[in-house]
Amino acid sequence: MTITGKVWILQDDVDTDLIIPARYLSSTKPEKLAAHCLEGICPRFPLEVAPGDLIVAGKNFGCGSSREHAPLAIKGAGISCVIARSFARIFYRNAINTGLPILECTAELSQLLTPGEELTVDLEQGLIEDRQGRRYQAMPFPPFMQQIINDGGLIEHVRKRLDLPAR
Amino acid sequence: MAGKTMVEKILARGAGREEVSPGELINVKVDLALGNDITAPVAIKEFNRLGVKEVFDPDKIALVPDHFTPNRDLAAAEQAKVLREFSRYHRIKHYYEVGRMGVEHALLPEQGLIWPGQIVIGADSHSCTYGALGAFATGVGSTDLAAAMALGEAWFRVPSTLQFIYRGVLPPWVGGKDLILYTIGQIGVEGARYRAMELCGEAVEALSMDGRLTMTNMAIEAGGKCGYIQPDRVTEEYLDGRVEHPYQPVYSDPEALYEEVYAFDVSNLEPQVAFPHSPANSRPVGEASGIEIDQVVIGSCTNGRLEDLKVAAQILQGHEVHPRVRLIVIPATQLIYRQALEEGLLEIFVKAGAAVSTPTCGPCLGGHMGVLAAGEKALATTNRNFIGRMGHPESKVYLSGPAVAAASAVTGTITHPGEVV
Ligand code: SF4
Repeated sequence: MTITGKVWILQDDVDTDLIIPARYLSSTKPEKLAAHCLEGICPRFPLEVAPGDLIVAGKNFGCGSSREHAPLAIKGAGISCVIARSFARIFYRNAINTGLPILECTAELSQLLTPGEELTVDLEQGLIEDRQGRRYQAMPFPPFMQQIINDGGLIEHVRKRLDLPAR
Repeated sequence: MAGKTMVEKILARGAGREEVSPGELINVKVDLALGNDITAPVAIKEFNRLGVKEVFDPDKIALVPDHFTPNRDLAAAEQAKVLREFSRYHRIKHYYEVGRMGVEHALLPEQGLIWPGQIVIGADSHSCTYGALGAFATGVGSTDLAAAMALGEAWFRVPSTLQFIYRGVLPPWVGGKDLILYTIGQIGVEGARYRAMELCGEAVEALSMDGRLTMTNMAIEAGGKCGYIQPDRVTEEYLDGRVEHPYQPVYSDPEALYEEVYAFDVSNLEPQVAFPHSPANSRPVGEASGIEIDQVVIGSCTNGRLEDLKVAAQILQGHEVHPRVRLIVIPATQLIYRQALEEGLLEIFVKAGAAVSTPTCGPCLGGHMGVLAAGEKALATTNRNFIGRMGHPESKVYLSGPAVAAASAVTGTITHPGEVV
């Protein structure tokens, strides 16, 4: 799948309390969570984010708590993919398990790109291309994780394994 | 066969394999799966969506409503109700109601649910705490918990291991919290990302189980998948009379391969304070001295255990909380609360002018019981001081152990405990 969207740039160590503060965790609805997503560091984000936009971040994105509300809030905001230099491990597995597309790319994209510029991403190939035609390669997922992603998340994956009907 | 670390051995057992190596992706059997009032409702929703009729084993699931309880508002009440009803329906053995409940990572070891060699997953990042008892324990998300409740399994990438050796004898007022804050300060918030942290050396061996649990609790703050301490005499004494389940302690081989080894001499370590907004901003307390604070919180899964309360009481005895400061003390579990009551600690706190709360996560994550206003500063014995963690995005949180926290509550500024006692 190829996606094109406007880029939001974030720096290193964006933690889950910044992605969605704990005081909003009494809801599990993606659209409700999205209304407060990243408001602490980027008040414009929940107001101006458009469906299909991408997040480009530095190292250790999603560090902190295990709250799945973090990928849910990002998904609820309409973000099509999060690209980071690295992800904190629980966020990484939560994204895979819940079907939020993520890519790990060692290039300093948060320095190289300008906020708001358009980016094209080929999710399967992990290929990222900016407006000037510069290309960056993201790290491929191991086949085991790719399977979970292809099945549409961990729940669908388990359902397949148990031979339960899709719902 | 090359030597293996404790975690590699435990994961091999869980995967039904002779051995596993770092980097391998494996499926393991889970001995205990944990959720709380924030993460379990999401997991329960996913579990129901899966369409499985029964949980894999009602005795191997623990559900603890500890974050927003006693219910802080209507939405929290609804979430707690989801846990309660699910627990009743599936006859979940380890469900703890308010009044018997405690902060999960203090509660589970205390209740004898954790033992060496076990594989524990928790839909809460601080599930890494249980490594202090020689278990493999790690935080996962709600969807993982849902799958584990259905299958009794979880997928993992086998982590490589970093070894941390702490040499020397700890000075007075320096404990597990100072060791781990210092460590995170040295390696940074992603210094152990994806890796296991083996904590050892005489300074760690000299710690009580309470102090050890504080250390492994914060492995996640260095990005670690788990932190662990190999079982020894202290572990055995702690487990004795607490754990009925038979267990087999697992140890790292002497020739085990570590990705890196860090050695620290901690004989002269000062009490540590982590400045806003990162647990890795740790510095000796001297560098924080004089910083005025509005609130002090003593509690949480990091430092709300009996030993922590004893240290705080020792400092607060005969003193009063500074007029400008609000001191909030939260024993981490009902049993700790009772012990603190019986040992007269609560009386010391109340007489000093502290607010003492029933067990809850409360202010640790800015939930309730002490949320900060814009511009306010708190010193807390909790584990995170991210932007907005305890309330307003313009509030600030400093982290320390219970000794510095208690001393600072008396003076109103961040203070070395030696100056108060
Ligand atoms: S006390 Fe704080 S860190 Fe511990 S489980 Fe509760 S919210 Fe999480």
